[in-house]
Amino acid sequence: MKKTFGNIYILIIMLFLYLPIMALIVLSFNEAKSMAVFTGFSLKWYDELFNSDLMISAMFNTFTIAIVSALIATVVGTMAVIGMNAMKKKSQNALMGFNNIPLLNADIVTGISLMLFMLILQIPRGYGTILFSHTTFCIPYVILSVKPRVNKRTESLYEAALDLGATGRYAFRKIVFPELWPGIFSGFLLSFTMSVDDFIITYFTRGAGINTISTLIYSQVKVGIRPSLFALSTIIFVAALVVLVIINIRQSKTDKRNKMVFNL
Amino acid sequence: MGELIRLESIVKSYDGNIVLDGINLSVSENEFVTLLGPSGCGKTTTLRLIGGFEKPDEGRIFFDGKEINNVPANQRPVNTVFQNYALFPHMNVGENIAFGLRIKNKTDQYIKDKIEYVLKLVNLKGFETRSIHQLSGGQQQRIAMARAIVNEPRVLLLDEPLGALDLKLRQEMEYELVRLKKELGITFIYVTHDQEEALTMSDKVVVMNEGRIQQEGTPEQIYNEPENAFVADFIGDSNILPGKMIRDYLVMINGIEFPCIDGSEQGFKPRQKVDVVIRPEDIEIKPYGKGLFNGTIISKLFIGMHYEMLVESEDGKIEWLLQNYDQHEVGEKIGMYVKPENIQIMHKPRSEDEEALELDI
Repeated sequence: MKKTFGNIYILIIMLFLYLPIMALIVLSFNEAKSMAVFTGFSLKWYDELFNSDLMISAMFNTFTIAIVSALIATVVGTMAVIGMNAMKKKSQNALMGFNNIPLLNADIVTGISLMLFMLILQIPRGYGTILFSHTTFCIPYVILSVKPRVNKRTESLYEAALDLGATGRYAFRKIVFPELWPGIFSGFLLSFTMSVDDFIITYFTRGAGINTISTLIYSQVKVGIRPSLFALSTIIFVAALVVLVIINIRQSKTDKRNKMVFNL
Repeated sequence: MGELIRLESIVKSYDGNIVLDGINLSVSENEFVTLLGPSGCGKTTTLRLIGGFEKPDEGRIFFDGKEINNVPANQRPVNTVFQNYALFPHMNVGENIAFGLRIKNKTDQYIKDKIEYVLKLVNLKGFETRSIHQLSGGQQQRIAMARAIVNEPRVLLLDEPLGALDLKLRQEMEYELVRLKKELGITFIYVTHDQEEALTMSDKVVVMNEGRIQQEGTPEQIYNEPENAFVADFIGDSNILPGKMIRDYLVMINGIEFPCIDGSEQGFKPRQKVDVVIRPEDIEIKPYGKGLFNGTIISKLFIGMHYEMLVESEDGKIEWLLQNYDQHEVGEKIGMYVKPENIQIMHKPRSEDEEALELDI
């Protein structure tokens, strides 16, 4: 009895989460433009998607900005963490406080203040300003994910490497960096998704005539969404799904290996 | 045995807290020296100074007659076995051991042979390709040792290497360490807070407290002739009692006169107030009235090898700690006797610091 209720409950949750996405996927293959009736299977919206310069350039902007800003943020953030490590505990805590403010701050405030800043300095808004803004808001996430990897343990590993004759640089490259790597990688992924996802900050810091996927969708809402956007959303969803599955498979493989190792 | 390392009036402080307050220490070639003391006494800092991870605020460090204050850690002919082992987690056992040799650009064949040799030395033959996570605590400890000694350091620094192991394994490793030391013929500087480890393995024990060396000497000297109350209390169980010299070779404790072997030759004048240390195993039990003094057993505890008893003196002012192989019952009145050579007379602490320190005990 209990179990049935549990299963029904899970089913309802799943439906709420995934039914809208299923609807989106189905509609992306709909022949008609209608959002209510499925008239037949067709790939014409995918065709339209890949033949629309507007869409193509929005996709290009979104992903190049995401990759580049995530890369820059990862490098800057990681260096910041390493630099902070040499500071006194008190200054470190103060800096971490400052680091956390942008994370909690509403996007709208960040967006408007960045726009104001660019207006005052008379910086022409466009691709570069979006890139700059995204890099700025990604850095705190990188710091947050790398910082916990730098601890007493990493420090003593570094000392052990020096003790065995390594130079500081060699010890960092061979010992410290591999220790930080998981944090650096997840910081990069986090930044990438934050950047792809962002609408508000992008909206305020983009110039006229440049769009990312999110601002494009927003502008199309006013004139009526075309099903080619469903096609785009479907592609993004499937891509994310594939990445997730790959990561999970790899994870379970290493888990299994570890388990085998411990059973020896 | 020539002198290999010398520390000269080393002072070190962190954020205004003095951690080392004028340390003078000499370590000879091929010596097993143990720095012993409670946590926060400065023993690990001393080791880190020798390893090159810290710089002294004042004083000089000599290695083989040359000052090495400004020689960085990676250029010192010493290697360290860290407290938490600090094995590189993303490398396997072989790669960990090879790390130092690779830096020195040794050939692959040399490295392979060396790894095999040290693994045999630490009794972990064939462990080359094991991952660090597969190893037990004791095995990690041995690998940390192997990784350090494979570089053939002149001095091996060991920072509480047995601290994380259980009792049985620790005792096993004590023998291992002494054997290793003999086979390698190098100097060991060992840091621990465990007095048993210190007494078992060392040629020389250096007892430290609050950034100062309290006493240094052979394990026997430290145990049998502690120079002050701190050392006596820290090393083993003991009865530390206030006393007064009557004349040469006679000391009074709690109104009872004890023949002893110290006198003005050792700097103890008649009527001088002193501290007296008597080890619990040195108090012999006699029939009531047949010893030097009498008391009543007020508690008894069986602790493996022997019984530990608390005996209250007849006037009720003093409790004596006794260890004896024979069983006596609580409430039994006994006589007690201590041989003159087992009575250790110590000077009262002089400075206020030391007095404050005594209160802590």
